[in-house]
Amino acid sequence: MIPAPFDYVAPTTVDDAVRALADAGEDAKVIAGGQSLLPVLRMRLAAPTKLIDLGRVAELRGIREEGGHVVIGAMTTHYEIQRDPVVDTHLRLLRLATDTVADPQVRHRGTLGGALAHADPAGDLAAPVLAMDAEFVLCGMDGRRTVPAAEFFVDYFTTALRPDEIVVEVRLPKLTGWHAHYEKFNRVAQAWSIVGVAACLRVDGGVIAEARVGLTNMGSVPLRATEVEAALVGHPATAATVRAAAAHAAEGTSPAADGNADREYRQHLARVLTDRALTAAAGV
Amino acid sequence: MTATAEPEVGKARLRKEDARLITGRTRWTDNITLPGLLHLAFLRSPVAHARITAIDVSAARSMPGVIAVFTGRDLADEQGSLPCAWPITEDMKAPNAPSLAVDEVNFAGEAVAVVVARGPYEAADALSAIDVDYEELPVVLDMAAALADGADLVHPELGTNKSALWVFDSAQAGTGGDVDLAIAEAEVLIERTYRQQRLIPAFMEPRSVVVDPTGEQYTMWSATQIPHILRLMVALTTGIPEHKVRVIAPDVGGGFGGKLQVTPEEVVSLLVARRLGKPVKWTETRSESLLSAHHGRDQVQKLTLAARRDGTVTGLKVELLADMGAYLRLVTPGVPILGAFMFNAIYKFPAYHFACTTVFTNKTPTDAYRGAGRPEATYAIERLMDELAAEVGMDPLAVRELNWIKHEEFPFTTVAGLEYDSGDYEAATAKAKELFDYDGLRAEQAERRARGDVVQLGIGISTFTEMCGLAPSRVLGALSYAAGGWEHAAVRMLPSGKVEVVTGSSAHGQGHETAWSQIVADQLGVPFEDVEILHGDTQTSPRGLDTYGSRSLTVGAIAVVKAAEKVVAKARRIAAHLLECAEDDVEFSAGAFSVRGTDKLVAMSDIAFAVFSAHDLPEGMEPSLDAEATFDPENFSFPHGTHLCAAEVDTETGAVRLRKYVCVDDIGKVVNPLIVEGQVHGGLAQGIAQALYEEAVHDEAGTLVTGTFADYLLPSAADLPAFVTDRTETPSSTNPLGVKGVGEAGTIASTPAVVNAVVDAVRHLGVNDIAMPCTPMRVWTAIQTGRPDAGGPGSTEAGGGLGSLSGGAQ
Repeated sequence: MIPAPFDYVAPTTVDDAVRALADAGEDAKVIAGGQSLLPVLRMRLAAPTKLIDLGRVAELRGIREEGGHVVIGAMTTHYEIQRDPVVDTHLRLLRLATDTVADPQVRHRGTLGGALAHADPAGDLAAPVLAMDAEFVLCGMDGRRTVPAAEFFVDYFTTALRPDEIVVEVRLPKLTGWHAHYEKFNRVAQAWSIVGVAACLRVDGGVIAEARVGLTNMGSVPLRATEVEAALVGHPATAATVRAAAAHAAEGTSPAADGNADREYRQHLARVLTDRALTAAAGV
Repeated sequence: MTATAEPEVGKARLRKEDARLITGRTRWTDNITLPGLLHLAFLRSPVAHARITAIDVSAARSMPGVIAVFTGRDLADEQGSLPCAWPITEDMKAPNAPSLAVDEVNFAGEAVAVVVARGPYEAADALSAIDVDYEELPVVLDMAAALADGADLVHPELGTNKSALWVFDSAQAGTGGDVDLAIAEAEVLIERTYRQQRLIPAFMEPRSVVVDPTGEQYTMWSATQIPHILRLMVALTTGIPEHKVRVIAPDVGGGFGGKLQVTPEEVVSLLVARRLGKPVKWTETRSESLLSAHHGRDQVQKLTLAARRDGTVTGLKVELLADMGAYLRLVTPGVPILGAFMFNAIYKFPAYHFACTTVFTNKTPTDAYRGAGRPEATYAIERLMDELAAEVGMDPLAVRELNWIKHEEFPFTTVAGLEYDSGDYEAATAKAKELFDYDGLRAEQAERRARGDVVQLGIGISTFTEMCGLAPSRVLGALSYAAGGWEHAAVRMLPSGKVEVVTGSSAHGQGHETAWSQIVADQLGVPFEDVEILHGDTQTSPRGLDTYGSRSLTVGAIAVVKAAEKVVAKARRIAAHLLECAEDDVEFSAGAFSVRGTDKLVAMSDIAFAVFSAHDLPEGMEPSLDAEATFDPENFSFPHGTHLCAAEVDTETGAVRLRKYVCVDDIGKVVNPLIVEGQVHGGLAQGIAQALYEEAVHDEAGTLVTGTFADYLLPSAADLPAFVTDRTETPSSTNPLGVKGVGEAGTIASTPAVVNAVVDAVRHLGVNDIAMPCTPMRVWTAIQTGRPDAGGPGSTEAGGGLGSLSGGAQ
């Protein structure tokens, strides 16, 4: 498979990368791990004039703690996230969701920032970061700004990134001690989610003190199942609570229909999978 | 053979070809480079049916690195019509089949122009500079609609979308009774319509062809299963004399029938190389492969099974619609006809009727895919046997046992007119039941049903047979197939005692080099390592009918045995001469000839050298041990087996998980158990994939929407259970090795076993059918409403994933 011709630059700093992006104009494309972009290029579904490769920008890579937050560089690979003890301790939901992404080869090349900036509604990482109230640090020619996850995802494959901006890092509040589960439903192991549910709970004295539920592929962007969350908080962490709350999972959603699932089936799956995700998370 | 040396046949040897294949140090067609090599890229139609009103290639011709651009019009006088070697009826309608479309395109993906450039990148870049004006025509996709009065026509010049009607009737043939009578008198009638969805062979190595026109012969390297047939067919198609064409199939990475073809790209590569006098190469992309390499299956089966209330079958009527796609390729019409002999399977049907209508649509042509006609037939009958069991309230295994041919009844002439030489269905089934814990799983199933468990358990059975070793030439002739079914081999004794074996079989992943070496080592009493297998080049292997239909071992290897027997006979005469005794007193054992009752002996290698020096040979004997043989079998071979599948169905989501899969295959004598295991595992994966995952889907415009592996789902090891495989061994009586063939068994048997298991898991919820592939949505909808085919093909709304790509990728 042969992509259309393009120019290629590999800057080594965020500033150089942003400048390169601004200089190249709107037909340029940023390449991170390339696990979504390369197939598109090779099938000539996209023909950018210039690729700006972030692979050599060292400052975009790595995981660090900053007080109540864990900060993950945009170019950190899925594999690095899977193996990181800080992530496992404080961001268990992200680790569990990352475990379900594609296959080992993809997880070694693919990056958190790349996957999120791609904004595929069937991608598995957007719903968890949305549920975890992540913030995106973006950098463009006008400097840096921080965008909450709820504002970052705009539409199918569309984010709040301006043409000259790249994702620098993702800041996630520590959810230490929370119970988490990511329930992914697909047809073969390597496939995208038909529906996915990201759930995390803080249980205090047998009562659900806080609850976050994110939905994958139930709309053009990842969604928070706010009705479910509301039905959980303040209630005992029991199977009955979970079942009652999960019944709200599809409320307000308008998922796409495709060969794998029509709307009704997707909404049904959202309820079933939310029940299962919460059940697994809460251990009830 | 010797009493002391351990026979090679039966040894689980590692394959001698694997080291180079799996490390990539090998000779795929795409690895071949020649001085001055030019590269081809094909422009393909984005529309399924249109008149080509204009093609402007001037801009493409001026692109960097572009040497030439040819359209169908440019090659119209020399490209001929792609061959169909299987005119199933005398009045079969067949359209002209240009390699490059001239006036019209008939499926999305049909080649309309070819760019020749210095490099593959330049060739690919120039495609977008070609401007084609299409005047779109009505698209014909559905077979039933295509046959209706006043239907739009794929090929208006044929006056119909019906290509042929092929009928077999047991009353007419004298092999059984009148099926309509059986139906009229039936106590139980099972009437069903099943759909064999369109599949894509999805071989691992993409197709590739290199043509060198600079020698005395045109040399064509191609990733093909059929170098010999290809040589003849490109000669006949282009008018280039056959002796001026040499075809080489170097290492070929899989085919599954998908490379049993004479492709447009092969013909065009040859013509372009001839025009330019320069070597050319074409290698397809994966997307091109999914779109334009021939597809498989695609039938609608209308089935009527008549039976008595006690479960005894009394008649079977099969009415097929088979989708040819837009053109008849090499054996396109013959594929469903192969199934005609297999619907009755292992059962004693007293009456049988089969009618197949072959239909043109504006889709990629169909042709052979692993099993070719037999999986479709096996699916239908094995599903029906489960339905019959449910209808009469019997265990599905009991219904099968009631109706199958008992082992003491062989040889058995079936209602379809085949003579099954051997088989022991009781033994294979007993072994499978035990390995499976059939009774234990039935108990668990009952318990889960009683409890109303979210996860229900189903047990699927498939007691299959197949006809392998295509085939006796006279049978193929009777079926109007243009070629015979023989195979050729030659054995060459080198002066040092080493052996070269030439085979007309053309391996593309099967492990012939290993298996043939084991066979020859035993036949000649030489070490395994001393045997070299030569194949896949019409210059070294001048005669052959190639590899498909599980025929290599049952036909090709038997030719090798026959040639080796001739070598031994010649050597025996020389041995007697050297040992100064009568030929009758010479014994051959462990690679040495000895005088019976003495310790005087001469080794095969000594005789080889004596023949080379030719100083002292029997009077009048030519100085050669070499021999060749052409073997034409008397009959097919009939592998069989019992496959048992346990499937868990999540009734809340419709998800299917295979819990256990046991197969006991009877493939006769086994040459190499390791190779057999590999063939069975791969076959099971492909058959399970039809049941659960794979489907080539077209939208209402005729565009293939499953054009990548993100949408055309192939399972990986992570999606499959650990297989329990075992064998019974009833030697075939139709060949001296007692072998039956194993290449297609797993694919044929597994699909109905899986679907039977899925349906069995939810039958108590009111489900008696789920269309393939049994997607979670289909299973869930069937449970909710009884509707078997939810979702249907053709939904194209964006749902994320690679199938709904847009510009946001990083």
